[in-house]
Amino acid sequence: MTSLPQPAPNAKKLGLVIDLDTCVGCHACAVNCKEWNTGGHSAPLPDHQPYGEEPDGVWFNRIHSYEAGCGSSSKTVNFPRSCLHCENPQCVTVCPTGASYKREEDGIVLVNADICIGCKLCSWACPYGAREFDELAGVMKKCTLCIDRIYNETLPEAEREPACVATCPSRARHFGDFNDPESKVSKLVAARGGVDLMPELGYKPVNKYLPPRKASIPTKPQEQEGGTGNALLRLLDKVLSR
Amino acid sequence: MKPASSVLLLTTLTGFGYGLLAWLAVFALCGGLPDSRWFLPVAVVVALAFAGAGLVASMLHLGRPERAWRAFSQWRSSWLSREGVASLVTFPPALGFAALWWFQGPDSAVAIILGLIAGALGLVTVFCTSMIYASLKPIRQWHNPHTAPDYMLFALFSGAVLLALLLAAWTGKASMAALVALAAAIIAGIAKLAYWRFIDAQPPLATLASATGLKEYGEVRPLDAPHFTENYVLREMGYRIARKHAAKLRRIVILIAFLLPAVLAALAALGAAPLAASLVAALFTALGLFTERWLFFAEATHVSTLYYGR
Repeated sequence: MTSLPQPAPNAKKLGLVIDLDTCVGCHACAVNCKEWNTGGHSAPLPDHQPYGEEPDGVWFNRIHSYEAGCGSSSKTVNFPRSCLHCENPQCVTVCPTGASYKREEDGIVLVNADICIGCKLCSWACPYGAREFDELAGVMKKCTLCIDRIYNETLPEAEREPACVATCPSRARHFGDFNDPESKVSKLVAARGGVDLMPELGYKPVNKYLPPRKASIPTKPQEQEGGTGNALLRLLDKVLSR
Repeated sequence: MKPASSVLLLTTLTGFGYGLLAWLAVFALCGGLPDSRWFLPVAVVVALAFAGAGLVASMLHLGRPERAWRAFSQWRSSWLSREGVASLVTFPPALGFAALWWFQGPDSAVAIILGLIAGALGLVTVFCTSMIYASLKPIRQWHNPHTAPDYMLFALFSGAVLLALLLAAWTGKASMAALVALAAAIIAGIAKLAYWRFIDAQPPLATLASATGLKEYGEVRPLDAPHFTENYVLREMGYRIARKHAAKLRRIVILIAFLLPAVLAALAALGAAPLAASLVAALFTALGLFTERWLFFAEATHVSTLYYGR
């Protein structure tokens, strides 16, 4: 059913927090996501000409880099982009078959590939460009929040988190329940002022982004003009500067 | 947005078909159709053939066309599903309209009632089609109050042109239908001009700064893209048309889709070679509305391409 479910009173609201302060833009989340999910719930994630002139394929994470601001306060920001598992996901309500749905119990937005007709309307309805079409299977694919990891009892408990979170070398990605005010993700959002992407469109994304910290650490210049204390080096500097 | 020919055919052909069906019902009610047992059934079959061809074309857009029947299930939330349901339920009353007319003749009140029901359901289908586009919030050129009325107007206009052609072919004259087509061409053309004026003045939906949550840092500029080649999102949503071509194509649309058909409809109404005039008018309308629909897609921008600096 593509009508949005009424969340149960004690339902979870699972999602990610992405820390734009610490993300180093290494693409490890995208790669590990591809690795897990090409064998997971929405498998396979096809590639076309992976070693050819124009490599192309289905990925659930895309890592952009931006420059924000101008002058000394400007930042280079690495920006991982994936499904935000919105609370008001139009990608679900536009689906004519019921293939696209939002889970009542935890809010995860999924595609049932067995009944998807591949009309692509859900991808048009997503302002975040999070859905990618599988041309070979003729169905839409998207981030599953690693539903086959987070509830996977064959994995050790510490590993029951999405592949992107598990692999992040700079701990820039966190997974948890936003309905629990005591969860790590809720506390991070509260402490660091987590924001919604494109709130003006009204999709109410669950995933939150932590903006880069404004504070910067002052660093001393590495070289100082003629500033060496050693007399021999001063002489050398003079000779070499000629 | 990428103008997929299957979707362009769907929206233009169903407009012709259901527009014609609606006018047939109105003309039947007003007694404006030839006093023939055959005209109306043939015309209804033509209308349903246009609509059916559009619906078949839309199946070609699907990744899994064999599952198309599943699209009838989610009418509670999805305009695409409602379009499917409405297009299908239009067929039985339309066929009943044609059959009763044939069996009972032009005086059959039941036939005319069935015709009005079919005509209304056909227009409901066109409305559902328009709402598929009008309801998509990430596309400002579609998500606005112009889209739905425009689709209805273009359907009524193309249906009137088609009816004028059928009447001219059957009776050798098409005065009333040609006048309706003339009026519809003028109104539809003005509506299209108003639409372009509207989208040209529209502010963007979002900025890269709001899309990345980096508003407080000021302007945000793209530095490195995630990938160097196009992906699905860029191919589907990032389709762009050069502004100079858009301006030229807009003039072509106004000329071919609205002006020329209006002039030809006026000629047909005046009785100057009605068949030739309405035939050429119908051909120009089809070509013009197809181009119009192409532009409707090609000029539409999707907010997700902001992430790529487009």
